[in-house]
This record gives sequence, C-alpha cells and structure tokens, in this order.
Amino acid sequence: MELYKLTAHELHKMLKERKISAVELCRSVFSRIGQVEDKIRAYITLTEERALAKAREVDEKIKAGKQLSPLAGIPTAIKDNMCTKGLLTTCASKILQNYIPIYTARAVERLFAQDIVLTGKTNMDEFAMGSSTENSAFFVTRNPWNLETVPGGSSGGSAAAVAAGEAILSLGSDTGGSIRQPAALCGVVGFKPTYGLVSRYGLVAFASSLDQIGPITKDVTDCALLLNYIAGHDPLDSTSLRVKIPDYMKALVNEVKGLKIGVPVELMGEGIQTEVREAIENAIKLLEDLGALCQEVSLPHLDYALSAYYIIAPAEASSNLARFDGVRYGYRTPQKVEDIMEMYFRTRAEGFGSEVKRRIMLGTYALSAGYYEAYYGQAQKVRTLIVNDFNKAFEKFDVLISPTSPTVAFKIGEKYEDPLRMYMSDICTIPVNLAGIPAISIPCGQADGLPVGLQIMGKPLDEETILRVAYTFERNFGYEEKPNL
Amino acid sequence: MAISKKEVEHVAWLARLFLTEEEKERFTKQLSQILDHAGKIAKLDTSKVPPTSHVLPLKNVFRDDRTRFSLPREEVLSNAPKREQGAFVVPKII
Repeated sequence: MELYKLTAHELHKMLKERKISAVELCRSVFSRIGQVEDKIRAYITLTEERALAKAREVDEKIKAGKQLSPLAGIPTAIKDNMCTKGLLTTCASKILQNYIPIYTARAVERLFAQDIVLTGKTNMDEFAMGSSTENSAFFVTRNPWNLETVPGGSSGGSAAAVAAGEAILSLGSDTGGSIRQPAALCGVVGFKPTYGLVSRYGLVAFASSLDQIGPITKDVTDCALLLNYIAGHDPLDSTSLRVKIPDYMKALVNEVKGLKIGVPVELMGEGIQTEVREAIENAIKLLEDLGALCQEVSLPHLDYALSAYYIIAPAEASSNLARFDGVRYGYRTPQKVEDIMEMYFRTRAEGFGSEVKRRIMLGTYALSAGYYEAYYGQAQKVRTLIVNDFNKAFEKFDVLISPTSPTVAFKIGEKYEDPLRMYMSDICTIPVNLAGIPAISIPCGQADGLPVGLQIMGKPLDEETILRVAYTFERNFGYEEKPNL
Repeated sequence: MAISKKEVEHVAWLARLFLTEEEKERFTKQLSQILDHAGKIAKLDTSKVPPTSHVLPLKNVFRDDRTRFSLPREEVLSNAPKREQGAFVVPKII
C-alpha cells in the first residue's frame, strides 16, 4: 500500500487501530524517496537509520498500549535552518557546511516530544534568502509538478518533499513568504502563524522581526494538527508570545455563512498572471456561494511593502550574519592569512553565496551613516502605515484573501540573474510579514498544469478563523490533483 | 538612487567582505537597481508617522539574575575550525 500518499490524520487512525505499523509507514516514505529523490532533490540530509529506529520505538509504544500522540510515527521533514542536536544543519550555505549543532530548535524539540519520525533536513535558499531554492549552495530542488520549474522558496525542499510524498509533514520558515509561496507553487498547504506564536529559538536567524516557523502539509487538517504542537510560549525566545494556545483542530468547521471577506485590490491588479487571477476569482465565487460576504477593499500602502521589505529584511540580515566570522563554528578560509581581519574578509567572501552577499551589502548600505534615516528609518515608518492599513481593513472584515504568488511556478534559471524580478515573486506575501499577522496558502486550482495558491490572511492571533475558512474552502472545492511523478 | 563602485567598495569593507572586480561591477549595477526601486518609499510623507520597531506590544523581558550551568567547554568547542588547549585559535591580533 502506498502509505506515503496519505495524510497524518489518516495515518494516525490506522496506526492507532493497528492496521499499519510505524515501521511500515517509515519504509513506505523512504521507498518513495528512493524512487523520486534523484529527480526532486528535496533533501540535504536524509536520516533513514535514525527514522527506522524511531519508528520501531513507536511500534513498541503501540504494542505496550501506551497513549499515542497524533504525530507519533509520522514521517516529518525539517527545513535545514532549524538546529538539530548532533545532526548536520547547513542552512544550505557553504559557511555552515560542517555545522553540527549542540542543541535542538524549540519547535523541532516539541515535535520530537510527540514522537515524530524525522526523515531528514530539507534544501532551501541559502539562509532562507530567495524565492526559488536556486540559491542553495549545494543544488537546486525541482518542482514535483514539472521538473523544469522551481518549487518556490525559500522552503522549497520542505514543500517539494510533501508534494512528492517524500514526507507526510514538514516545517518551513517564512520571512517574506517562504512557507506560503513554495506551498502555492507545489500545490500543498503552508501556514505562517502570527509573529511570536512559534518560538524562533534554534532557527538560524535571517530577519528577526519577520521570521516565523510554520507547517507545510497536504491538507488543512494536518496543518491545524501540526500547529497545535509547535505553538506556545518559550522563555528562550524573548519575542515569544505569552498567550493561551487554543486547540486548532476545533477550528475546522465547514461553515463560512455571514463571514466578511475582504479582497485587497492592490493584490489583484497588474503583475498578477491572468490565469492566477481567474482562479482566485473562482475561489471568491465559491466562498460567496457558501454564504460568505466578499467585497473589495483598498490597503493603499501595500504598493510600498516590497520596497520597505527590501530595506528592513537585508538590514536585519546584515546584522544577524555578522556572527559568521570563522572563529567559533562553520567554515574558515584554508588560505594563509596575515591577520584576523584578512581571515574575516576571506572566510565571508568564500563562505557566502551571491544572493546572501547582495543582501548583506544592501543592509549594510541602508544602515550606514548618512543613509539610515532615508532608508531604514523611512522603511520602519512605512511599516507602520502598512500595519495601520491592515488594522483598518480588519475592523470591517474577518479575513482578507488574495493570490499567494503572482504567477505559477516559473522555469529554473528564468529569474536567477535578475534579482529585482525575483523579489517580485513575494509581492503578495511580504505585507503579511511586515504586519506580523497570520496567513495560509491552500491550493485553489491550476494554470498551465501548475498549482495556484489562495492566500487567506487574518487578524493577529486569529489563526482559528483562517483555518475555518481554509477548511471550508478545501472541503467544498475538492482539489484532488496530484503531481504525476 | 545610483550607488557608485567606490561606495560598493566602502560598504564591502564595512561588511567585512572581499569582493572580486566582477562582483563589484555586478553589485554596483544590481544594488543601484534595487535601491532605485526601494527609493519609492521616499515619496511618502511620514513626518507624523512613528516607526514600527516591533509588531508586538512587547515590554522588556526580564528574568531573575541567577547563576546557571553554562555549556560544557568540550561541546562549545566541538564546531571550532581550529582549537588548542581548550580555546579557539585565531591568527595573531596584535
């Protein structure tokens, strides 16, 4: 039986009823990996032995009649920017190519506590900078729907792994759309929670005021399930929220009657591929047929979001990446150097890839004397205007919807040499990170044989309404397409 | 706003990055393009807008000042590119 095709909630039921064993499930996923990984290349590190040992342990627990977590025995992939104790964590960068963390990221640890089976660490854009997973220092990941196209980025490995059946669940991280955009391009579900809901402890920092860890799954139910276990306060992350975490599974209600849905006109205009816009319009129609009230709304400052983001994110990145100096961990230049300054300069020049260097340069420039006010200061004020736009819209609407990505998956290499064009790929997702609000991407059809993603944005900490709308849409839309591999 | 090659060289120095001639040329062109696009925000009147330093209403996070165990030295040094006698080794500084 092809167990890798099923969802975590279906598999949990089968494990509990002893219709299958965790070892069988683990073998099914690894045999799928054996079949397709050569083509997809979703993983930087595979952990088959460790996974089988863990699966055996879960089977022992089942045999002993112990209480079984809904995640126990479920093969799960983790983006390679989350630290895993004793296991290579590279961030897809040469500068961390030999880094073995001595601790585990909180979100991952929480999943280990539920007895997940780790399949491996997934490929990504180096330091999560990119929209196509072409910026990995090691290799390019391919989209399971069409091997000539990108899986999106930066969590491209995590999204491709789930879409191709190389993992049942996965974790990604989202700074400007890095969970939602690849989820959209690979036809799976991706959720960026409210900033601060999931601990960032042990996540290799890119832009700390924007980064957030979240689930990538096959359906909305799995998404709620995974969110249940990664959310929660952590004293080791000072930006972690002290809030009561609801049971997100209870939000999965098939009902949107009377719900007010806003459609930001700024995210439906120029630059959005016609077929993508049509798919979103059909989605809106379906939600209206189900009783939701949909209406256009203007968030005038969204037009400035991309500009503000490409000041703020690189600025934070340039400061976060200053720690990579070749002294305490990671790569160090093998060349003979005169002094420590030369060691820094050479280590960083050899260790970072070109997109990372570009952003370090941008950020350093934006923060340097004489430019700070004009760029960084102004961008943080624009951020306030964007937050205000969202607050105003949420006075009237329960959720907002838009495309997740302006286009379907594009060809490998197509935008690689043109950074500005590549940056536009995240134009619909970036405003959400600037405002710190939650948003999901779910499949809502196809264009050119490639999946289209619908983005649903919500009020801060109102993950439940987003999940309810997403669940209702999923149930009534009935998207059953799978990549043909 | 255009950025000159000289500025690129200065910023690279600030960022502790050696750049090849080819990289300097490429970054001068690309950074100018990106900054030009980002310069759009200069048009907005923000004189009365406070900057967002944080999206959450966070106050300072304090904890009790108690001594705790630190990481074992062996673990801390386990990823060191070069080590000797329980310390990180770097090229001479003085």
